[in-house]
Amino acid sequence: MRKGHASLIAIFVAMLLSPALTHAQGAQPKQAQASKEQKPVYASDLKLLDGWGRPVVDPLHGEKPGPAPRHDISGTWEPARGPGDGIMSWGPRDMPYDGAPEHDPPYTPLGLQTLKSHKPLEGFIRVTTGTSNDPRNKCDPMGFPRADFYQVRHTQIMQDEHKVVILYEFEKRWRVIWTDGRELPKDIPQSRYYGYSVGKWADDNTLVVETTGMTGDEKLWLDEAGRPQSDQMRVEERFHRVDRNSLELSVTIDDPQMYTKPWLAMKFPMKLQSPDYDVTEMMCIPSEMEQYNQDYGDVASGTEKK
Amino acid sequence: MKVKYLLAFALAGCALTLSVPLFAHHGNASLDVGKKVTVKGTVTQWLWANPHCWLKFDVKDASGNVVNWVAETNNAADMMEKGWSKQTFKVGDEVTVTLEPVKNGKPAGKVLEVVLPNGETLGMAYLKK
Repeated sequence: MRKGHASLIAIFVAMLLSPALTHAQGAQPKQAQASKEQKPVYASDLKLLDGWGRPVVDPLHGEKPGPAPRHDISGTWEPARGPGDGIMSWGPRDMPYDGAPEHDPPYTPLGLQTLKSHKPLEGFIRVTTGTSNDPRNKCDPMGFPRADFYQVRHTQIMQDEHKVVILYEFEKRWRVIWTDGRELPKDIPQSRYYGYSVGKWADDNTLVVETTGMTGDEKLWLDEAGRPQSDQMRVEERFHRVDRNSLELSVTIDDPQMYTKPWLAMKFPMKLQSPDYDVTEMMCIPSEMEQYNQDYGDVASGTEKK
Repeated sequence: MKVKYLLAFALAGCALTLSVPLFAHHGNASLDVGKKVTVKGTVTQWLWANPHCWLKFDVKDASGNVVNWVAETNNAADMMEKGWSKQTFKVGDEVTVTLEPVKNGKPAGKVLEVVLPNGETLGMAYLKK
């Protein structure tokens, strides 16, 4: 082939190879200059500890899980595919805001307009820390169902014959799901960040939960990437205990103001952690947030106060 | 002849867009994605907090001037899953920090890995259970 074409093809091939030099989240970063410098020796005495400072052990001890107990989703549950799987900084796991049209929920015109008014820190339309208008940036509670769609970590589920209580690690929030047969209130007494929830057992191992009564007025975003929600939203969660050590959480959004029809946001696998696992405390503390913005966020965004 | 050059540049452009990792970031829009900078300095503060932990360290430039750097990591609970802790750094520790710098040229960025005073490297991989 001609010399001119050969050099163009060489440039193209070099650019194709450049992805190999960029790193992926959570993986060990590749050493671009490993051949010139010494290879790093990664710290060898790191132990995975729980919130109490105790080493984390595999609750199965290498054995196979037993069958799911009937009408029981209690336990400490963590993302089955690893701690990174629950972060979901681009939105719910199966519908991230990544620009792919099949991942766009079916917005109404108001839904799309509201989405465009949001300036999130993460996802497809993310902005710098100093210019974001996410209500969460001042440590306002994430609310529901965003608590299912962002930083899902060690979730403790406790239940008795009247109710199931979900304790989220992130932001140290909790919500009550009434399982005593009551219906959702017809007139919401007072809108809530975490709504009103009732649960019914669809079979031996599936709890179906309906939640409504979340506050509107743009106090809550649906997810980290800026999708909208209104006070007309109803959320269906299905907690399906697959076996003794596996739980699958499916979440469906039904908000006629923002979306033309219900849509499945995610089917999220979780696995059982040991019952003596102590969950760390994670809270959004306004003074810490302020210090972070002062030291880093505003510096990185160029929005420091003069 | 011109069309062939245009085609080559178009293909190169496609390759460039492919090189940006899609879910690589729980980070934000201020970072110069894919770029890496390594600096040696002395720890002045290690803040173990939400929404991020962050390390402040002083770096001497070529003329001997001290530049105050700040580099963030993920939140405390996430960093625990990677083996980091509140005790990972002490004031005065001599460290080498590799980070993804911010786009605006300030001495700031997101930590990729750190070489500790004992010579071992602390990275961003989750520890296996």
